[in-house]
Amino acid sequence: MLDTIPIGYYLGLSALLFTIGTIGVLTRRNAIIIFMSIELMLNAVNLTLVSFASFMGDTAGQVFVFFVMAVAAAEAAVGLAIVLAIFRKKQTVYVDQINILKW
Amino acid sequence: MATTAIFFTILAVMAIATALVTISSKNPVVSAIALVAHFFMLAGIYLTLQAQFVAVIQILVYAGAIMVLVVFVIMLLNLGDEEQMRDKLNFKRFIAVLFGAVFIFQLWSVFLAGGGGVSKMPEQALKTGSAQSIGMALFSDYLYPFEAIGLLLLAAIVGAIILAKRKLE
Repeated sequence: MLDTIPIGYYLGLSALLFTIGTIGVLTRRNAIIIFMSIELMLNAVNLTLVSFASFMGDTAGQVFVFFVMAVAAAEAAVGLAIVLAIFRKKQTVYVDQINILKW
Repeated sequence: MATTAIFFTILAVMAIATALVTISSKNPVVSAIALVAHFFMLAGIYLTLQAQFVAVIQILVYAGAIMVLVVFVIMLLNLGDEEQMRDKLNFKRFIAVLFGAVFIFQLWSVFLAGGGGVSKMPEQALKTGSAQSIGMALFSDYLYPFEAIGLLLLAAIVGAIILAKRKLE
């Protein structure tokens, strides 16, 4: 058994980063900053998965991180394309001004 | 063990600091640069967990591809500073931070009620982080999700091109 930092610190750090990402999503108006906060949340979850994979000696956690990263890349590409398309129409990236569906 | 603890402490504090700069900066370029630094700190934390493959992939994919895309979009849209950030949002921001504090209190108390957690890694951990073991798992047990991810990335490429085109012809 390798002597290392207890898993609690990794999980606590991951919870803190996830919360910081959530506050970023809830607070900011700029759509691109909201995207970056979502990436923060995904990275916090990656940290939890990798720490459990290491402490249990199971590779499945790190394989899942691989998939999460691929999905995050795909989501970033499509989401930024949507932001570009909306910017061309409305000339703004602030989510409180994108209220076309409001009745 | 002491050097690992020092490295982990420095990396963790820097990761939290860069995350806070990311969500709170008025200039989107400053947020993007802080997020790139955050990804590098996380890659260092993955190295303390003996997860070498994930650390390198993190730098290549997140810092090297996704953040380049984000910076391109910020430059393309020519975004300036967010001026009205201070006055409009004070009550909403307070509620959001309060929610965040309650949330993290819940997460930490659930974790501590479970007994705290182990502090020793099994010997296999040295092997689970290598590219060989991840490759073995990826191409045998997880082959079907691997091919599905390929299809997902293809759909994302086609979708991003279509959505960002000026005119459909």
